[in-house]
Amino acid sequence: MLRTALREVSTALKEGQVSPTELCQRCLSLIKATKFLNAYITVTEDTALRQAEESEKRYRRGQSLGDLDGIPVAVKDNFSTTGIETTCASNMLKGYIPPYSATVVQKLLDQGAVLIGKTNLDEFAMGSGSTDGIFGPVRNPWSYSKQYREKCGQNSHLENEDSSWLITGGSSGGSAAAVSSFTCFAALGSDTGGSTRNPAAHCGVVGLKPTYGLVSRHGLIPLVNSMDVPGILTRCVDDAATVLGVLAGHDPKDSTTVQDPFNPFKLPSVIDVSKLCIGIPKEYHIPGLSSETLAVWSKAADLFENAGARVIEVSLPHTCYSIVCYHVLCTAEVASNMARFDGLEYGHRSNMDKSTESMYAATRREGFNDVVRGRILSGNYFLLKQNYEKYFIKAQKVRRLIANDFVNVFSSGVDVLLTPTTLRDAVPYVEFIKEDNRTRSAQDDIFTQAANMSGLPAVSIPTALSEKGLPIGLQFVGRAFQELQLLTVAKWFEKQAKFPILQLQEMLDHADALSHQKISLSS
Amino acid sequence: MTGLALSCSINKKSLFDRKHYFYADLPAGYQITQQRLPIAVNGNLSYTLYVGAKQSQMVTKNVRIKQIQLEQDSGKSLHNDARSQTFIDLNRAGVGLMEVVMEPDMCCGEEAAAAVRELQLILQTLGSSQAIMAEGQLRVDANVSVRHPGEPYGVRTEVKNINSLRFLARAVDYEIQRQIEELENGGTILNETRAFDYKLGCTIPMRDKEGKQDYRFMPEPNLPPLILYDAKSLPANIDDQQVVNIDWIQERLPDLPSVKRARLVEQYGILPEHSFTLLNEDGLMELFEDVVRKTQMNPKKVIGWVISELLGHLKQYDLTVKESPVNSVSLADLLNLLERGVISSSAAKQVLEELWKGEGKTPLQIVKEKRLELIQNQRELDQICQAVMEGHQEEVMEIKAGNKKVLNKLIGLVQRATQRRADPILVKQILEKKLSQ
Repeated sequence: MLRTALREVSTALKEGQVSPTELCQRCLSLIKATKFLNAYITVTEDTALRQAEESEKRYRRGQSLGDLDGIPVAVKDNFSTTGIETTCASNMLKGYIPPYSATVVQKLLDQGAVLIGKTNLDEFAMGSGSTDGIFGPVRNPWSYSKQYREKCGQNSHLENEDSSWLITGGSSGGSAAAVSSFTCFAALGSDTGGSTRNPAAHCGVVGLKPTYGLVSRHGLIPLVNSMDVPGILTRCVDDAATVLGVLAGHDPKDSTTVQDPFNPFKLPSVIDVSKLCIGIPKEYHIPGLSSETLAVWSKAADLFENAGARVIEVSLPHTCYSIVCYHVLCTAEVASNMARFDGLEYGHRSNMDKSTESMYAATRREGFNDVVRGRILSGNYFLLKQNYEKYFIKAQKVRRLIANDFVNVFSSGVDVLLTPTTLRDAVPYVEFIKEDNRTRSAQDDIFTQAANMSGLPAVSIPTALSEKGLPIGLQFVGRAFQELQLLTVAKWFEKQAKFPILQLQEMLDHADALSHQKISLSS
Repeated sequence: MTGLALSCSINKKSLFDRKHYFYADLPAGYQITQQRLPIAVNGNLSYTLYVGAKQSQMVTKNVRIKQIQLEQDSGKSLHNDARSQTFIDLNRAGVGLMEVVMEPDMCCGEEAAAAVRELQLILQTLGSSQAIMAEGQLRVDANVSVRHPGEPYGVRTEVKNINSLRFLARAVDYEIQRQIEELENGGTILNETRAFDYKLGCTIPMRDKEGKQDYRFMPEPNLPPLILYDAKSLPANIDDQQVVNIDWIQERLPDLPSVKRARLVEQYGILPEHSFTLLNEDGLMELFEDVVRKTQMNPKKVIGWVISELLGHLKQYDLTVKESPVNSVSLADLLNLLERGVISSSAAKQVLEELWKGEGKTPLQIVKEKRLELIQNQRELDQICQAVMEGHQEEVMEIKAGNKKVLNKLIGLVQRATQRRADPILVKQILEKKLSQ
């Protein structure tokens, strides 16, 4: 039941085949069983069960609120949730309980969704591995999958994998792992440079980044205001469309959301791609791209061509400048957004009280990790009067050039772009941490950040398994506000790809057995 | 509205920026303001002041408005130096406010106060703000510098903590003096911020703001450019409620103080100084116009009563027009009695004193109680005059001999005899007639 799509569960709930409380309890049990993944920072067991009960009452009265009523969902811990601790995986906000909920969270709750927990992330969403938060790294569920273990010839003793488990990607790793391991049906992530799509690809789930301005950012603790969007993680494209339908639309509390009315849509079941033009950006064919991912990408292009679509090579000439440009603009906005954490009104406050300045300095040193502090320092440097013109303004101009690359391509007849999401499949944690956060982010964001720079919608679809038995995802980038077209193409592709379901059961049974062993030993 | 009232050019597109600095009363660590492109620029404010030896001559002056910008307020800091503590009140943090920046076109405390007073009246008329300085609704920072005539502007200091027009004038004048003395003694002026100490009447350097700060200005990413429209640029299918139409606002601007003053002078024939006073006191203009409506007395005479008598009393007892124990109805009734010749001018003043006690009596009641009615009976007056003349033959002789001044004595005696209930003009007429017989 936990592996089904949202639509099917919803029907099951309506028909009384399963109750919201049952569903909720099963998810909660699975969360406990998969605790070693470290996907959740807070599991909201009591409130979830209460919400499930409310949902059950509604179903009994025949008054369900919609497709999401009674459905367990998880939310990345950088979205404010009323009465529920919101930490951003940082010491700065440890123990912080927001007095309000993010608009997108409220929309989910208003539809009757059951909030099962807050998921783990890189501290303040800075990172591409979900390894740099104070609650520790998130483990990719595929590390324990039958598919991976068979391919790697690993024996299934718990002891051995402590050193070889894989990262989820980031920064929304917790959400991706939660959806991937069936503990919830949908999760909210955030996407500033690829933070939803990257872990989606590594965890074998669908990761949607909506057009900037379509979904409200109110309550999403900001990283880069001009690039952040709430991201949607689900196990299939239809589910992503359902959740988007609930979340999208103008929010008076977020002046950057567009005023145009949004009409929720249902994706067609019969899709014809023969009239489409798919663009393959040649600049994305880079040396660092793994041969496997390249092969998967080529195969996908062939798939479309064989179905009658026009598949052409396109150029996004300013791609090579995007990492540097992103770095300048991102750190500048980060420096600005992090200025509010001074320990005075909420969050961590240092005991240093010799003066306000010294209290601020100590609080911020104690509250932020090196990654955050590094970005603040860089950002402030770029914003200094003498540097503003050289760095910030220049970067803004380059950003416009990058965005224009896409405008040009889309106005020349291309409907959708097809690119890899990541350079390769997930790597083991011990390998990942050999390079620092900044280096990794620069490497891993290469295919995803341009969509944030240009504000365009993009989605990562799990496509195939690598030789190691790990997920490889491909990315589709669409025209602004054309999520319907984007997701329709993605849905067609998903059907063709037939990506396998994660086989976690063996591991869970083993974990179960082992925990029983431990119990019997201690008694 | 304020931009239009101050004859500014309204920027149809204006931008928001973040100004970064750390301070306990700034919870976000930055203030949203309009540094690059404010909402209004290049305006003008005309104001009046009294000059001359007797402060009797009215002069109109101008101060250019550099710009008006929208920005966020910070919280309020309350320092407790004794305990090395600061209390922070965040209630007003983030609230929108408007900063009006004037050019250095004023030359002394009086001009500064007059200019700000006029701005206050304009803001109150528009409804943009109640602009009460004591309540922090209007905050004024004065930038002061001195120079020899013909030289470029000197180094300026910024004076803060001014919370009334009177203190503004004092602070500015003190600072001017201080700078002149400093320079004449060979010193230099620092580009610093100083606080006005109203108890000591001087400015002192402020501890907290040291050195020049780099505010690391950055465009505010959460607020798109502010777009205003006029009738020409208004897009076709847009909901009226969603846009700001400058022309629409311009058409609906209320009469500004200068316009109101001109109207009062024209409509009622009063002097410009009078209209100035009427507008300067909250509610006085309304009272005046109300009295004029309710009485037959010439407005030119009413104004004297309103300003000299009523306002004089209010000032004496430190009351506002709203708190006046005498309202327009009572005053109008009183003036009508005067106009109809029921009482004399001096009697009217007496009645006003009584009314001031606020015992709820009407003017007519007071007149009856105190028996202040003028003697209307011609024959009665005649008899009294006759009696006085008969009783003072010496004086009569002197008058007939040519000493006209003595007539006043006789008039005075008649007044005494009638307990001041005789119209002196009438009395004079009667006496003169008799004396010439």
